[in-house]
Amino acid sequence: MDGTVKSLSYSATQTWMLTILRVLIGWHLMYEGIVKLWNPGWSAGGYLMDSQGFFAEYFYKLAANPGVLEVVDFLNVWGLVLVGLALILGVFTRLALWGGIVLLALYYLSHPPLIGVKYALPSEGSYLWVNKNLIEIFAMAVLLVFPASRVIGMDRYLMTWRDGRKASSNGVPARKEEIPV
Amino acid sequence: MEEKKNKMSRRDALLGLATVPVVGAFFLGASAKSSHDEEIRESILKELNVEAAAPPESGPMSGDPIRIGIIAFGIRGEQLGRALGFATPAWIEQMKKNALENPKDTRLKDFLEQESQNVVITAVCDLFTVRAEAAQAAGTRDGNKPKIYRDYRELLGDKNVDAVVIATPDHWHAPIAIDALNAGKHVYVEKCMTHKVQETYDLYDAVKRTGLVFQLGHQHRQTQSFLTAREIIRKNVLGHINLIQTNTNRNDDNGAWQYDIHPDGNPQTIDWDMFLGNAPKIPFNAEHFFRWRKWYVYGTGLNGDLLTHDYDRINCLLEMGIPSSTTASGGIYTHRDGRDVPDVLQVVMEYPNFKMGTTQEAGKEQGMTFMYSATLGNQWDRGTLLMGHDATMELSNQVTIHADPRSTRYKQMIEDGTINLDVPMYAYNPSAKGVDAVTGATAKYFASKGLMYTYVNGKRVDSTFLHMREWLSGIRNGTKQSCGIEEGFEEAISAHMTTIATRTGKRVDWDPVERRIKVDNATLESIGIA
Repeated sequence: MDGTVKSLSYSATQTWMLTILRVLIGWHLMYEGIVKLWNPGWSAGGYLMDSQGFFAEYFYKLAANPGVLEVVDFLNVWGLVLVGLALILGVFTRLALWGGIVLLALYYLSHPPLIGVKYALPSEGSYLWVNKNLIEIFAMAVLLVFPASRVIGMDRYLMTWRDGRKASSNGVPARKEEIPV
Repeated sequence: MEEKKNKMSRRDALLGLATVPVVGAFFLGASAKSSHDEEIRESILKELNVEAAAPPESGPMSGDPIRIGIIAFGIRGEQLGRALGFATPAWIEQMKKNALENPKDTRLKDFLEQESQNVVITAVCDLFTVRAEAAQAAGTRDGNKPKIYRDYRELLGDKNVDAVVIATPDHWHAPIAIDALNAGKHVYVEKCMTHKVQETYDLYDAVKRTGLVFQLGHQHRQTQSFLTAREIIRKNVLGHINLIQTNTNRNDDNGAWQYDIHPDGNPQTIDWDMFLGNAPKIPFNAEHFFRWRKWYVYGTGLNGDLLTHDYDRINCLLEMGIPSSTTASGGIYTHRDGRDVPDVLQVVMEYPNFKMGTTQEAGKEQGMTFMYSATLGNQWDRGTLLMGHDATMELSNQVTIHADPRSTRYKQMIEDGTINLDVPMYAYNPSAKGVDAVTGATAKYFASKGLMYTYVNGKRVDSTFLHMREWLSGIRNGTKQSCGIEEGFEEAISAHMTTIATRTGKRVDWDPVERRIKVDNATLESIGIA
């Protein structure tokens, strides 16, 4: 994969399925962010204090300091909204996917579904080691290695623009993408 | 420019923007959901017309520091000392350790961040040398070292004391409080306000006669959830309240008054005769000294120690006063260790004339039962419930209200789906932005009753701190006490009625005209609370 549009050779179905997956994850994250943004009483404090596992102490510390907690709340809410929006639009997708993976990894590490661990906040399903956070992390990892946003999504413009710059510096006209969409 | 234009085909534009409509759909959906939720919330809130209440304003604390004498520095005395801003060095060390071991334990941090009460401890008194010295160490600051008195009467004679905090065993509350008032000192006294029936009248008269500032230690009156609950009840959200369920559920030694016996406690370090006071004379007994709550001659049992919390919690909401009658029964079923106070107890107080709002035809609803059920052998939290025709309120540090399916007031809202019976129609959690950590089972029990802390603008504050602040402001600025002598009189008389019922097995009535418990003196003398 050299990062140019033409190097992708997914079928139309593959491209659209990857796009739908990306949009759904984007929707999920953005709604999680928006709900928190629109609820002035929301704070990650309770969730952090409910942490278990190897990193629990670290998460308690984040919650214990009101100043730090405010920063955590801000980064979390706007992280979710911006990552979600970027995934829906397919813009700066690589960066957004990494951002989303980091956020979800933090949730996963603060509430790992370990044997013998109980959380005050009830979960809606039954999990052992693997939970929906982990699955969503790897769904985003899949999107990282299958960058369909270069076909469907605003990244297409970025790619075209980059190809154009490359082409003009090489003196060779850029080829248009040939994906059967 | 020309070349770039060529590259951006119509197809590029379409594929690049293919998912943009999703953003539109997202915001349409999100705002539709949000306004739907908000509409329901608004219509319920509009119907209920409830606003979270702020804690009562107390006046400025500026001016010369108030000079405090602390009388008795046991478990509660130490806590009151901290609420005044003075902790023992040993406690601070212990809390430092705890905070290191458990980052959720913020007691030291909360204490250090506590606002100043602008007081100085000038004198301390405790019958046990170790505690007197601990009190002195706690009060020593900025060149001031409190004077230690072994006899409270000498402390009351000290010109450098403006006000006293009394945290003695129950049988010493009234004698010391009355002497203090007569000596011109303002009084903060722990519950149960009195140990004997006559003392209740004597203390009442002393407060009225001297006009000094008197506060009884029911600090939950400062708890924001209670103030909000009061507002909710005044707005008749629950309809006619016909049954109230309160309870105590504990299952640990500390909760059963099985406190530590200090290894240095002996006849040389403890003034035993003074401790006995008006109790029967017996030889030195360390267990009686350190675990006095287990015997009626010093304490008031579940009736005076824990029922009073729940009684006053509800009295501050409903102002229902002294019951027309009480019945009670119980036994020692889980701690057969020589105590004579029950550890399982059921109390029923009747209020046949209680009326506070109704949504049905006039005259249909009147009267209410207050029920208290306690066990020191199981800690399942049964919750405090105020049960009305239209809704049920669950009251702890939070307030939750469930509409009743057969409510008259909410019939329409239930039918049109505005009120969903599966979820509370109103929930108030003053700590929504905060983080809580309460260690230990008994601490959780106290916290749920609003006895440990409350929230001011989302920040956790010791409710005892606020209660003492209110008392100090009363001394400085003449502001009102939320648990003064009127409330204290009702608390003590109601508790004594249940004690008589518990110990005689008979129903006990109140004469509201004569303001007397309908019981003969011989009965009171036979149970030692005349």
